[in-house]
Amino acid sequence: MHLPDLPLAIFLRGCRVPEPVAVSHGQGREQHVLIANRAAMRQGVRPGMRVSAAQALVQGLRVQAQDARAERVALEHLAAWCGQFTSLVSLAPPQALLLEVQGSLTLFGGLEALLERLRRGLVGLGYRARLALAPTPLAATWLARADGEARITMNAALAGALSRLPLSDIDLAEAQLQMLRRMGIRTVGDILRLPRAGLARRFDKDLVLALDRAFGSAPDPRAPYVAPAIFEAALALPGQIDSAEGLLFPLNRLIQELCGVLTARMAGVATLTLKLRHPKATTTRVELGLVAATRDARHLTELFREHLARVTLPEPVEEMTLAAAQMMPLALVHQDFFAPKRATMQAKAELIERLRSRLGIEAVQGIRPIAEHRPELAWRYTEPGESGATVDTGERPLWLFPEPVAIEIRDGRPWLGEELMFEGSRERIESGWWDGRDITRDYFIARNHRGERFWIYRELATQCWWLHGIFG
Amino acid sequence: MSLEDLLQRADLWRGGAAPPVSGLPSGFAALDALLPGAGWPVGALSEILTDRNGIGELQLLVPALARLTREDRWVAFIAPPYIPYAPALRRAGVNLTHVLVVHPRETKDMLWATEQALRAGTCGAVLAWPATADMKRLRRLQLAAETGNSLGVLFRPVNVAGESSPAALRLKLDPAANGLAVHILKRRSGWPTGPVILEMQHALARRASTRSPACDLPARLSRP
Repeated sequence: MHLPDLPLAIFLRGCRVPEPVAVSHGQGREQHVLIANRAAMRQGVRPGMRVSAAQALVQGLRVQAQDARAERVALEHLAAWCGQFTSLVSLAPPQALLLEVQGSLTLFGGLEALLERLRRGLVGLGYRARLALAPTPLAATWLARADGEARITMNAALAGALSRLPLSDIDLAEAQLQMLRRMGIRTVGDILRLPRAGLARRFDKDLVLALDRAFGSAPDPRAPYVAPAIFEAALALPGQIDSAEGLLFPLNRLIQELCGVLTARMAGVATLTLKLRHPKATTTRVELGLVAATRDARHLTELFREHLARVTLPEPVEEMTLAAAQMMPLALVHQDFFAPKRATMQAKAELIERLRSRLGIEAVQGIRPIAEHRPELAWRYTEPGESGATVDTGERPLWLFPEPVAIEIRDGRPWLGEELMFEGSRERIESGWWDGRDITRDYFIARNHRGERFWIYRELATQCWWLHGIFG
Repeated sequence: MSLEDLLQRADLWRGGAAPPVSGLPSGFAALDALLPGAGWPVGALSEILTDRNGIGELQLLVPALARLTREDRWVAFIAPPYIPYAPALRRAGVNLTHVLVVHPRETKDMLWATEQALRAGTCGAVLAWPATADMKRLRRLQLAAETGNSLGVLFRPVNVAGESSPAALRLKLDPAANGLAVHILKRRSGWPTGPVILEMQHALARRASTRSPACDLPARLSRP
């Protein structure tokens, strides 16, 4: 997997509509354009051009100095993300990754299906890649750099494909390249036609070794990339974003990246932190807490959308960082016997999270009964889904008042806008002597002429009447 | 819009031929007999119009809620006027582990939450007490209920009876001597009906208590 415009992509993948951007290398007056985006190229900017000339061509051209460190970090993050396609990913810096996909073909339904998933995923992340397939890592690297159309699965076909490669697509020291060019050598095939003994003598061993590795006649072990246990990815926003809505696009890039890494680890996240850096060195933090771990990118985006809608940005945002301190095991849904049950739980939890992200945590709750005789203590708000115990009681109203309401007395009788009729028998509730909140009450069911039914009680100590609920 | 599209719409009903509607038995045979699908319309919005709380408006739904909470879906109360009392719901057979109580601060949030819950597909029923709701909003809720295959029930004041509504079912409730008088203002594939009187549990209990008056009321109180 070769990333031809990686130096540019790290600055552009957070931008929805890219303005003209060029990445420069070199110092001072010797700054040249390394690579430019389409918006800049359309106005005449070309790689190799002096930065001053490019700036003269394009009004408002944004020039970013090449950031090799950020490119390396991006490459590593991409390697972690690729872990969802194969467990063997290795870095081929500065601009390539190697994926050993032989073992993944069945799982993903064949080579083309795998490549399609890979390509679509990369688009979601904001990268463009050339994908080439070859039996050896070095051959794959070279072929991907050349055009990215090669699909070579047999050693026999390798010679033909490699022979056509121009020298510029293989790694050669500048001096060697010059020497070969002077000898009239243009392609890999030309080198192969030289006598091998002479080749080793006239060039250093490395060239011969590289060719042997590319053709598979010398071993070429690669260290697999091992992703860190936490996720933390930053995205530069050179355009600076000043609306919460505008943050969603770059944030989605990071969420896609996170979810790929989570898939690779068969894990999910239950807490996420989004840090928004402002130019004046201040930071806005958005914390996301979930009821159940997930790796559903759409769900996470939705939750952040709700959260961000309530965030006030003190300043524009120039960089965002998404961090998950903890990844929790989350089995592959389709390989799991309890999958339907778990999928339902997951979906049910998602609703809670969506509601809470906008309304606040306390606004969304479950209720449970408590084995307690005092009516106001016989229930409690709880985390949704928790169960409770009850005691057997008499009839209870479906609606309880948060606080009992004092009832007026007329002619020694409780009065609620009219005289009340009583039904059933009184229920004495006497309880709570042990915790100082003891009550002694006689509860009655009362009814007015319109058929509304009330749950009222008389406090024995004071002989006052109270309305505690209605029957609904 | 083609005829087929029109027929798919929940806010359009055809006289006579009853389209297949999945009904959730209400637990009241006299009511089910009048409802297309013989029960509450699932995947649609219903409106219950009443100006009074406490006349049996919630009891009317409780048997259906009890049935729904046997499945693994939520039953959501959104902006209820009082606390849904857990012991009473439990007594009525509602499995409280599936009950959600949502208290949004503003009407806008309330309608949003109702729509989300209806649309989610994880709510068997969504009961909501909106302060206001215009036609556009109601239409969205009706669509959300269809999408989520949920029983959406809005409790609204009687004075909105004159306004048109996309709800599949509109009931007006009045207290009656031995229970609840239910007027069907609108139903799919049927005309409005006069009131049907539903006997509520307490009415049965009251008759029982009349048979054996065990009231032990304070002397100065009038007896029923």
